[in-house]
Amino acid sequence: MKSNLKEKTVIMDADGMRRALSRIAHEIIEENQGIEDVVLVGIRTRGAPLAQRLAENIERIEGRKIPVGILDITLYRDDLTTIARQPLVGKTEIPFDVTGTKLILVDDVLYTGRTIRAALDGVIDLGRPKRVQLAVLIDRGHRELPIRADYVGKNVPTSRKEVIVVELKEIDGDERVIIAEKAN
Amino acid sequence: MRWKRKDLMGLEELEPWEIELVLDTAEACKGIFSRDIKKLPTLRGKTMVNIFYEPSTRTRTSFEVAGKWMSADVINVSVNTSSVRKGESLRDTLKTIQAVGADVVAIRHSAAGVPHMLGKMLDISVINAGDGAHEHPTQGLLDLLTIREKKGSFEGLKVAIVGDISHSRVAKSNIWGLKKLGAEVTVIGPSTLIPFGIEDMGVKVSYDLDEVIHEVDVVNVLRLQLERQRKGLFPTVREYSKLYGINRDRLKRAKEDLLILHPGPANLGIEITQDACDDPRAAITEQVTNGVAVRMAVLYLVLGGVSDNELIN
Repeated sequence: MKSNLKEKTVIMDADGMRRALSRIAHEIIEENQGIEDVVLVGIRTRGAPLAQRLAENIERIEGRKIPVGILDITLYRDDLTTIARQPLVGKTEIPFDVTGTKLILVDDVLYTGRTIRAALDGVIDLGRPKRVQLAVLIDRGHRELPIRADYVGKNVPTSRKEVIVVELKEIDGDERVIIAEKAN
Repeated sequence: MRWKRKDLMGLEELEPWEIELVLDTAEACKGIFSRDIKKLPTLRGKTMVNIFYEPSTRTRTSFEVAGKWMSADVINVSVNTSSVRKGESLRDTLKTIQAVGADVVAIRHSAAGVPHMLGKMLDISVINAGDGAHEHPTQGLLDLLTIREKKGSFEGLKVAIVGDISHSRVAKSNIWGLKKLGAEVTVIGPSTLIPFGIEDMGVKVSYDLDEVIHEVDVVNVLRLQLERQRKGLFPTVREYSKLYGINRDRLKRAKEDLLILHPGPANLGIEITQDACDDPRAAITEQVTNGVAVRMAVLYLVLGGVSDNELIN
């Protein structure tokens, strides 16, 4: 966790996360009546391992692998000149054609919706999916765009002063979601 | 650590992490090359001006393509048909370009230090696209990217830079970058074309290509800049070619995994032969492609980031 943040409450632990992802996997299969044409695309950074885990869950249920990709949205952001510290550009790795797929974007936190807006642009530049859906671990509200998630791990009402920190073992070593507050 | 520079002047002033950051960003930008629609919205609403006081095809085109693929509006100022011909000073021309509303200018000039002067004078970003015999940072960076792609890392890598070191800005940018990233650099050429005191840059000097060719991992062949030669620096082009040309015979004695680079445009049959350019060990086409990626990365880095509200989530 960043040093300028003060931890307030743990809202999800490792078990909670596992159950949420397992439920979302079932919901995805139900909603799409199986996994025909379903592909998962995780948004860098933390959406990528989450997409991978969802894919593993789906494989366990349906007995078949589904394609998983990673999308980096840095070059699609609308705030390039208004943020002080430039985001690092990562690689987009989507090793399949998205045209005609039921594409599910996966991210850790849904907040203003601007990341998802950028991700939609990024995906549509790669092809024309039949349908795009959105799965997030946490929906914290405060949307600035008309965007909503199709699958939500947990709805968490927050104030704008608070920060949701998602920690995943692949990236952070730990496995939990916390609400923190900016220290200053 | 994040990029904070408004301008890109040369590799001399870059920290190793900054060089790596440009290379990493460029690598990510390469993702667009394989797409049907090569267009990113990143620099929408930004205006880029190319102004080249010296001739150039690949650098200017490469900057233009990089800008356009990131949705910047790109304007090429042709010096020969501009107010420069009416005697307008460099300073006034560039002040005008800024006043017109450009956000970034890529400039090439025959005088070393021109981009630095402009960088201090202007509020907009300035990218050095080659200044005299001083630096050509985007070429240096694309050479580094090509080497990193082919060789993995720079630590202990033996790199030879062959040819007219004195007049070459490409050589200078390469030396700065390679040394910072841990490579061993040898410059090779006739003594009249190697500047006095070049050892201070941390390189070895050799006057005999055949003594070195068998042990290097990378050979960067410089263009013999016939337009910059004063009389008498070397006896004849034919002799130069015989002593320092990269040809089939020399390549037979080189390592099997040698990497051959040439910044272009090549004087075929002088510093490099056609069959050496066609050798599978040559990455001259990749260099051009990497040039676009590096310039996209540099545009992204110099144009981003002004205010203080960092976005979380």
